[in-house]
Amino acid sequence: MSENKRVAAPKAQNDLFRKITQGPGLVSVLGVIVALVIGGLLIAVTDRRVIETAGYFFARPGDFLSAVWKAGTQSYVALFNGSIYNSAQGFSPFLETLTVSTPLICAGLGVALAFRAGLFNIGAQGQIIIGATMAGYVGFAWNLPIVLHLLLVIVFGLIGGALWGGLVGLLKARTGAHEVILTIMFNYVALYLLDFLMNTEMFRRPGSTNPISPVLGSSAVFPSLPGSRLHLGFVMAIALTIFVAWLLKRSTLGFELRAVGHNPAAAQTAGVNVARATILAMAIAGALAGAAGVAQVAGTEKVLTAGIAGSLGFDAITVALLGRSTPWGTFFAGLLFGAFRAGAVNMQISTGTPIDIVLVVQSLIVLFIAAPPLVKAIFGLNKKKRKTRSATTMAGA
Amino acid sequence: MKLELRGISKAFGSFYANKGIDLVVEDRQIHCLLGENGAGKSTLMNVLYGLYQPTEGEILVDDKPVEFSGPGDAMAAGIGMVHQHFMLIPVFTVAENVALGAEATKGAGVLDLEVTRRRIREISDRYGFHVDPDALVEDLPVGVQQRVEIIKALVREAKVLILDEPTAVLTPQETDELLEIMRQLKANGTSIVFISHKLREVKAVSDVITVIRRGEVVGSVEPSTDTTELANLMVGRAVQLSLQKAAAVPGEATFQVRDLSVIDESGTTTLDSVSFDIHQGEILAVAGVQGNGQTELTEAILGTQMVTGGSVKLQGKELTGRSVKSVLRSGVGFVPEDRSVHGLIPEFSIEENMILDLYDRPPFAKGLSMKLGEVKRNAAKQIQDFDVRTDNPLNPASSLSGGNQQKVVMARELSRPLKLFIASQPTRGVDVGSIEFLHRRIVAERDAGTPVMIVSTELDEVMELADRIAVLYKGKINGIVPAGTPREVLGLMMAGVSAEEAMEQHHTEGEDQ
Amino acid sequence: MTAQTLPTSVLPTRPAVPLKTPVFLTVIAVIVLVCFGLLGSSAAANFRLSTAGDAFVLPTLVFPGKASNLVIGVLLVLAAGYSWYRRKQGLVTQRWIVIVFAALFVLSFLIWVVSGANVTTISLAALLAGAVVLAVPLVFGSLSGVLCERSGVVNIAIEGQLLAGAFTAAIVASMTGNPFVGLVAAGLAGALVSLVLAVFSIKYLVNQIIVGVVLNVLVSGITGFLFTTVMQRDPDLFNSPGRLPIIEIPGLSSIPVIGPILFKQSVVGYLMYLAVFLVWFGLYKTRWGLRVRAVGEHPKAADTLGIKVNVMRFWNVTLGGIVAGIGGSFFTLVAIDSFTKEISGGRGFIALAAVIFGRWNPIGAFMAALLFGFADNLQVTLTIIGTPVPSQFMAMMPYLVTIFAVAGLVGRSRGPAAVGEPYTKE
Repeated sequence: MSENKRVAAPKAQNDLFRKITQGPGLVSVLGVIVALVIGGLLIAVTDRRVIETAGYFFARPGDFLSAVWKAGTQSYVALFNGSIYNSAQGFSPFLETLTVSTPLICAGLGVALAFRAGLFNIGAQGQIIIGATMAGYVGFAWNLPIVLHLLLVIVFGLIGGALWGGLVGLLKARTGAHEVILTIMFNYVALYLLDFLMNTEMFRRPGSTNPISPVLGSSAVFPSLPGSRLHLGFVMAIALTIFVAWLLKRSTLGFELRAVGHNPAAAQTAGVNVARATILAMAIAGALAGAAGVAQVAGTEKVLTAGIAGSLGFDAITVALLGRSTPWGTFFAGLLFGAFRAGAVNMQISTGTPIDIVLVVQSLIVLFIAAPPLVKAIFGLNKKKRKTRSATTMAGA
Repeated sequence: MKLELRGISKAFGSFYANKGIDLVVEDRQIHCLLGENGAGKSTLMNVLYGLYQPTEGEILVDDKPVEFSGPGDAMAAGIGMVHQHFMLIPVFTVAENVALGAEATKGAGVLDLEVTRRRIREISDRYGFHVDPDALVEDLPVGVQQRVEIIKALVREAKVLILDEPTAVLTPQETDELLEIMRQLKANGTSIVFISHKLREVKAVSDVITVIRRGEVVGSVEPSTDTTELANLMVGRAVQLSLQKAAAVPGEATFQVRDLSVIDESGTTTLDSVSFDIHQGEILAVAGVQGNGQTELTEAILGTQMVTGGSVKLQGKELTGRSVKSVLRSGVGFVPEDRSVHGLIPEFSIEENMILDLYDRPPFAKGLSMKLGEVKRNAAKQIQDFDVRTDNPLNPASSLSGGNQQKVVMARELSRPLKLFIASQPTRGVDVGSIEFLHRRIVAERDAGTPVMIVSTELDEVMELADRIAVLYKGKINGIVPAGTPREVLGLMMAGVSAEEAMEQHHTEGEDQ
Repeated sequence: MTAQTLPTSVLPTRPAVPLKTPVFLTVIAVIVLVCFGLLGSSAAANFRLSTAGDAFVLPTLVFPGKASNLVIGVLLVLAAGYSWYRRKQGLVTQRWIVIVFAALFVLSFLIWVVSGANVTTISLAALLAGAVVLAVPLVFGSLSGVLCERSGVVNIAIEGQLLAGAFTAAIVASMTGNPFVGLVAAGLAGALVSLVLAVFSIKYLVNQIIVGVVLNVLVSGITGFLFTTVMQRDPDLFNSPGRLPIIEIPGLSSIPVIGPILFKQSVVGYLMYLAVFLVWFGLYKTRWGLRVRAVGEHPKAADTLGIKVNVMRFWNVTLGGIVAGIGGSFFTLVAIDSFTKEISGGRGFIALAAVIFGRWNPIGAFMAALLFGFADNLQVTLTIIGTPVPSQFMAMMPYLVTIFAVAGLVGRSRGPAAVGEPYTKE
């Protein structure tokens, strides 16, 4: 029935995707640099040595400046050492980066795919939670042969995410409720649901009073690379990236989703079932986020806890935004933010810089790349525009 | 008040919407701005009203140069404007809408709507508007909303009133009432800039007519100027008043609409028991003032509008209750009235727009997978066939001009074998050259034996294309008449007069003269 | 015979009234009748109305569990039946019936949980007073949402504004030794967050939802970072703000039930009542409010009348930030006297829910926030008296209610027409 309803073109959504995808690569790179510099300054101004030297700034300004430089660079060097390469461990930190990236990429793809269909999926967090919960339960509660067990863990994780996302799609398609509000609310419902489950006999580890599940059976987890935490889930992330790329570019469903994303009214007139496309888009997006839950519970953590999703769902939004909602863009954005995450642990240990700095840098990057004119202004790149403007004012006067 | 525009140009990027326009509106004068859709009339008025800054030129009020940085300045200078799309807030009352921006207060910024209500009643009584200050605007009929707009300008003591295409949404009767109001306003000392592309109205009420074409003034003439000459000035070359088309050879009536009704969400009947047939090889044109059920009729047939009763049969197959996809699959070609909203996805490439409703059918798709090579091949062929002017089929559709966009939609819909072709406003906002091309294509489809339904609010287009004409009035078919019915008769029918009465009136008038 | 002579075009004069309301009411009524009534405990539920120190003592309300809920259940079934009858008449169920229905449901729920608990007496007075206290940041947050969204800017960043307010209040009050200075600083911090929202969404036309989402992450990152690097290094200097005093109005504050709610609050609590009134009066009774609403509904129309749309939006968003920032100070100056990471704990999103549930109306948002505060406090109370209802389900309540509200199951919730759309002239 609802397909017969007329669809008003949601204007804000229409240019959402265009806004995200526009803007040259240069601005992205510059945006990342500005964000890193601001992050570095934040590290510097709270550094003890910097504060001390500032006390005698006028006596020996050199001390102050070198302290600022040291504080900033030391942290970033530690970040690099913890995420890519260091002399002691060689490239093995990079394997950790890939591990941390895996759920970011999967969930980022979920957010990106929804974007392309004109839907703002803030709900990756909830979808990850439900996906991880279902996958985790199959993993620790069932006894199944090798391969089949892991397959079922993955399938149930995808289904969990798909249900949680699809439900939002269904409500939006049937009632016109805004998906941003719905997904935010569903995140919290999922959070409390998991919190509740973790305190039941069914999920809690026998004999434990802590909300932690039994360890997943060895048949239920991704095989991992010896000597690291990197597991086969990363291959799943690559496969999903290829799948989403195919879906968007070469499939009829992708054509429908993109059509609905840009102009639902025209899509409807062309025979696309907008309600079905909305539900499918959210369900697939949810499944992708669910895959992130699987990667967490059956790959990295191997147990289910109330905090299994961490802040992955929100990080995924920034990943999709930085990746400009293209599948491979999201993949590489996921790698970058994965490197931040992985490196931040080392940074905190060796320089005492709190992990929170990653959140700051990450959100600044997204803000800057979303506003190319601002980045251009910072680097004085929009001189040309200013010139034309003054030309118009002169002509107008 | 005297208003003068001197050498006004307005450029958007490299495109000049207005170029070197000179215009003088004398005190107590109705000055008409005549021009085709897209000639640059509205842009000029937005410049005059301070919404756009002119690229060049100056505005003079009572011979003193003024500069408007926003509509506030224009209003302060005594200029009021009634926009083509009303600038009213639907959820506000009439009084709130009128007060907005010029609110009376009890001091400390506390609203005093009573003052506004009194002013509204005053003006309403003087001109016989019958407007209730406490009615919600969204509940008012279009004609009354327009009066609210005029009240808004008068409350602000406008000395010059700009009316932008005010009759587009009115019936001929309402139009006559508006023309009378304009004369009254003039008598009370208001100058009026009247923007229109309808010759009859322009000649009826203007003191001076300035004709604009492609953003430039092409002449200033007396209202007594001959209609054909005015039309020529407006269009720019001798207008070929009729398309050379062969007489229709109607076949079987394969498309039948019976008692089709639509009730919208607010409970208003927008389509009321509409019944008609279209024969193979025949064009039925649906005429009527905008908003009399045309949109609902075409959308009900397509399936994007829920039907509350009746049936639509194509070659014996019921279409109501089916999905849009299924209706299109049964051989319906559909050109929607607003191409940028319903016909195209502006961000998609021309290639993709060429298969917008064919994307999941062979040869463009096999299963879930699309054949991008076929998509490319198809686009190349259609671009050539329909002479779409573009240098790259991968450009977004938004890069095309209005006429070329319409060609894309038309090419797509005519590119498959059809059992029914429906086109709404097939040439709205299309340049003159393309109009003729598109009209020929429509007639060619008819000659191939397809039943064709054209919906148009332009009487000229209706008269040019139709083999039979159905007139819609308030959601009902107010008679179906043959091609060649005099336009005066059609006009009366569009105002709700029955076909017989309209004919009779026309004859008596003819005898009187 | 007559049926045959009727023309096929005889149609109802209006579209069918949606099934949602009657179905929803019926489901609830049956749940009350069966689960709370038939299957409920027959023990009595006692609600104390007076607290120690009240001027006079009100009797304790006693409801026999099963019997009361059977009566309420029957009433609700009747109301649901009436809703079906209204639908048959082609009419929508009156709003007041739905509201009374909801109130009875809440009462029934209370009777059910309390009569089934280990301790069958609770203090209703304390429950309500606590609800108002917990609602304070929600009310401020939702007023911020109303101010922004009424002018056409989506404010997802309420959470960030609250958090920034909480952090700044703590650090400034600690350093100056004066919680009132902290309160003012909190408002400024909220405004600062808003300023970023305004600049990016109005000047740079970045999607408002994106900016909001990202701002929440940014504020969480900055406050978390500074908490670790600054506050934790010297908590005495940077994280001991001291509390704002609770001001009792003599006499009035000892009226049972309403005394503590209205006349025994912190400055922030009193400011809340003032802010609700001012925003309501401003929006609906003043020139400023008319313009704000116009800008949020139809910015182009407002522009043609000489109203500066983007300037209007800019100041409204900023004002919203101030309001939310003050609300944030509640966490560190009233509730407890120090800052911790993520102290706002998602209440910004509950406030957003209150905006929607309250239909973008300050009074509505206030009521919704009170309801959510009530749910929050009830959760605590119920855990103490030991009920079988898991606290997580109580915690879910605001979110579920909001889902129902936006999905149109309980009335229709539609925001300002132009919300989320940037305004550009050309």
